[in-house]
Amino acid sequence: MTLALTTTSRVLAQLRFDHRTVALILVLPCLLLGLIAWMFDGTPVLDQFGPMLVGLFPLIVMFLVTSVATLRERQSGTLERLMTTPLRKGEFVAGYALAFAALALLQSLVVVGFALAVGMDVLGPLWLVVVVAMLDAVLGCCLGLAASALARSEFQAVQMMPAVIFPQLITCGLLMPRDQMPEVLEWLSRVFPLTYAVEAMQTLAAGGEWADVQGAVGAIAAFIVGAVALGVATLRRRTA
Amino acid sequence: MRNNDSAVRARNLRVERGGRSIIDGLDVEVPAGQVVGLLGPSGSGKTTLLRAIVGVQARVGGAVTVLGEPAGAPGLRRRVGYVTQAASVYTDLTVLQNLRYFARLAGLPRAGAEAAVRRAVAAVDLGGHEKQRVGTLSGGERSRVSLAAALVGDPELLVLDEPTVGLDPVLRRDLWAMFRRLAREGRTLLVSSHVMDEATQCDRLLLLRDGSLVADVTPDELLATTGAPDAERAFLALIEQQASPTATGEGTR
Repeated sequence: MTLALTTTSRVLAQLRFDHRTVALILVLPCLLLGLIAWMFDGTPVLDQFGPMLVGLFPLIVMFLVTSVATLRERQSGTLERLMTTPLRKGEFVAGYALAFAALALLQSLVVVGFALAVGMDVLGPLWLVVVVAMLDAVLGCCLGLAASALARSEFQAVQMMPAVIFPQLITCGLLMPRDQMPEVLEWLSRVFPLTYAVEAMQTLAAGGEWADVQGAVGAIAAFIVGAVALGVATLRRRTA
Repeated sequence: MRNNDSAVRARNLRVERGGRSIIDGLDVEVPAGQVVGLLGPSGSGKTTLLRAIVGVQARVGGAVTVLGEPAGAPGLRRRVGYVTQAASVYTDLTVLQNLRYFARLAGLPRAGAEAAVRRAVAAVDLGGHEKQRVGTLSGGERSRVSLAAALVGDPELLVLDEPTVGLDPVLRRDLWAMFRRLAREGRTLLVSSHVMDEATQCDRLLLLRDGSLVADVTPDELLATTGAPDAERAFLALIEQQASPTATGEGTR
């Protein structure tokens, strides 16, 4: 486990040098939220959709950042070298997940803070919004780790985002309440992690408490564990 | 150190890559405590053989034993250092940050890691560049950082894939002097190269062509059996001997 933390601090050191990426991660979601707040000024749209966006942006951004970062390790030969050291596969994945979770915490604090500043009202407890936003970001990070195993090039890695995230966006209940969807799509939405991320945020926006979201939060946590396991399973010490 | 033993022994090694047989039934031995050169034209299977030895090559048939354990065994990961052909270090980190990371991965405690990092920096002559980001270094300097990242863990067996490519003659000479010193101290080095002139620096030479062993000789034997004036021409002579049906195959396996 120490080697996981060693890896975490190495990844964070890399991020510290990359001011532009950190700026994009922190500023971009705020910019988009600001646009929505401005466009729907004077309507309850921000209160309704703000929390969901606060949960979605980190998930998508972290998915992209992680899948590209892992792919870079594969292509630069550093992953091959790491696989000849005592670092275990689980420690490698955990190291990355922890580093990006730290960044995710920072991101969700900044994004939630900004959303409040531009007038988002959340009826439920704020700390839960931050917790769910961070879990969403960690989920995005872990899904990105798992998806990067399937990508053989940067082109494919970037395409993994629409491939993995868009079907979930369509069926997660953002476009249409899930109980109005065709039955098959409704079933499908139940096996997608994004559904629970959006559901938790919707509940909090409408004034839900911990007891109302604990099921969805548990589902998100289970998907995180599953994605980490998938990320570890798809990592190979021996490659062709 | 068990100098009488083999550091690496492969028996009937077979490797397929992309549906093509890269190595087909190779028997090879690397004596412990020596600098062994793995020579051969590009595409001869050098990198594949090295990858099989460090245990990152998939679809390996036959038996590869490294320091008494099967290649790739978890117990070997502290004892074997591997340097890939392209510099495999983090270009967005400084030299120190890279070396500290690999020192910690090799299991060194924080205090020991610092001393090991200093030694590795000195060994590859990168003093003064410690705080520089690897991405801002020249190609030759980067490959030295990559080499240093393997040296920090002080492994018993160093597997180096073309470590001197793109380096100037002075630095190449210094690195080979370091390889010799490491071997004197009891470590084993398996160094691939396609610069035949470096052959004379090795204790033993493995000549590879199309995935088969053309020769397993000392540099002197190589020159004596072929009568060639230098390693490059000796290698060519060996290949021609192999190709002609009247070849005696003396000095070869």
